[in-house]
Amino acid sequence: MGFVKKNFGLLAFAAALGLAPLALPNDYYINVLILCCFNALIVMGLNLLMGYAGQVSLGHAAFFGLAAYTTAISTATLGLPIPVGMLAGVAVSAAIAWLLAVPTLKLHGHYLAMATLGFGIIVSIVFNEAVGLTGGPSGFVGIPRLKIAGFTFTSDKAYYFLSAAVLWVATLVSHRVIGSRTGRALRAIHVSESAAQAMGIDIARHKRFVFVLSAVYAGVAGTLYAHHLTFVAPSSFGFHFSVQLLTMVVLGGMASIWGAVAGAFFLTSLPEFLRMFEEVDILIYGGLLIACMMFMPSGLAGGARALARKLKAGVRRG
Amino acid sequence: MFAGAPQYLISGLTVGATYGLTALGFTMIFNTTGIINFAQGEFVMLGGMLAVVLQKAGAPLPVAIMLAVAVTALVGCLIERGVIRPVGRTAPVNLVIITIGISILLRGAVMLIWGKDTFALPPFSGSAPLAILGAAVQPQSLWVLFITLLLLAALKLFFSRTIHGKAMLACACEQKAAALMGISVDRMAMLSFGLSGFLGAVGGAILTPITLTSYDVGVMLGLKGFAACILGGLGNPFGAAAGGLILGVLESFGAGFVSSAYKDAFAFIVLLALLFVKPTGLFGGPKSDRV
Repeated sequence: MGFVKKNFGLLAFAAALGLAPLALPNDYYINVLILCCFNALIVMGLNLLMGYAGQVSLGHAAFFGLAAYTTAISTATLGLPIPVGMLAGVAVSAAIAWLLAVPTLKLHGHYLAMATLGFGIIVSIVFNEAVGLTGGPSGFVGIPRLKIAGFTFTSDKAYYFLSAAVLWVATLVSHRVIGSRTGRALRAIHVSESAAQAMGIDIARHKRFVFVLSAVYAGVAGTLYAHHLTFVAPSSFGFHFSVQLLTMVVLGGMASIWGAVAGAFFLTSLPEFLRMFEEVDILIYGGLLIACMMFMPSGLAGGARALARKLKAGVRRG
Repeated sequence: MFAGAPQYLISGLTVGATYGLTALGFTMIFNTTGIINFAQGEFVMLGGMLAVVLQKAGAPLPVAIMLAVAVTALVGCLIERGVIRPVGRTAPVNLVIITIGISILLRGAVMLIWGKDTFALPPFSGSAPLAILGAAVQPQSLWVLFITLLLLAALKLFFSRTIHGKAMLACACEQKAAALMGISVDRMAMLSFGLSGFLGAVGGAILTPITLTSYDVGVMLGLKGFAACILGGLGNPFGAAAGGLILGVLESFGAGFVSSAYKDAFAFIVLLALLFVKPTGLFGGPKSDRV
């Protein structure tokens, strides 16, 4: 009983992920759900960086893209086995994050935002211009579909369950990290770097760790994305996507794992729901973004907490 | 090898002047409110688009531009009054998301009303190029540089000579103290939004004859403006303008001497390199650190 109570969130999340496809009418929605999982994965990593450690990144689409292109080139151009390509993709994202972390994370506030933004733009320009390697603006075609140990993920449903499982494991990892000594150190850094330093926390090492970890999350999502679509184009990894990711983090709720998931699922599926409003959808999207931030400043997670508090108070009053 | 240099310098300065005006807009708002306004590029787009639309509707060019600039400044004021002020004190990153929402709204509205086409404005005084130092210079480039310098001088006067300008500086320095001295911080915030709408729109209107305009040009201009701000040191109007010019020239030289495909990357690489050496920009003091 104690186990269930302690891990209620994780268990409920597993159940929700497992049951979600049953509620959907067709494969198109399964595809949307798969994209939600990818985005949730990146946003969860970004939330560790932004929500917990307080370091803004406007270039996370780049880590997503670097991994996607690396696995694409390794498997399609070089003909390496898929698991090797995927590992290489994640490794490249992590390695570049590791290199970038030292000079970048010395910056603060808007300067940090600008540096990560600049990095993201440089990477997306390379995707566009290195035509021989990446296929240029028209994209990279012919990435093999995922095949692990003889099993090919031909159906979207199978791919969904894989993505959902990866997302669930990532959630578990995030919980462990946040609950650990490292997680407390990250929150201390967010509040005050000098205070954290005075308590003997190695700030540079912790910032670098969380930066690389968040790039690994994005990298895993990137490799899954490449082998799901079997096609990647630079427009998916540009500044716009980095901004969307940031929006998902903030709208979901900073420093909340469930908020990250909720923000990613909400903003990824929202455009699909707005399809019915045809051309006006972009206005509704912008308007909703503003309204949510005006009336729910601590995001969906904060809104849900406030609602729960109100309900509880109402029940008590009778 | 350096034969093209004067040509690149002039075209770089021309584009850089617009980056500078955009960056000035960022600085105005940042100084009075502490917000980075991600809709700044959309102000530039609005200036260009409205001027085009009004000119097509039959207004003489100078009138069209003045009206476009006035309307954009008004839009800036309305945004502050309608969206930013009601939110009040909240985390800076939330305000950033709100300004992103505003930029999406503005872009979407312009797209719905006037479509996705690219539009042009006629140059202010003909298009026969002038020969200066061996470079063929469009007269419009001179207009851009002239108007930018004029605006800079006017801003300098505004901040040093007028009561409103001084009040805005006071808000930038220390909001609480400014409020205690009887300055309405709210009104100054609105003024800063209006002023940055004005600056952005002027930039958009004077650059449109050279680079054309469409509903989505604001994104890249906004990014470059933000980059110029950071390059010059956030919060410093002189730095913002200088940052814009430097960025424009860097880009133009990069495109001319290195590779036009990587022209945007070139400017950002230099910016990153600078930030790693001097984390507060070229002219930034050690205290320009918010969020």
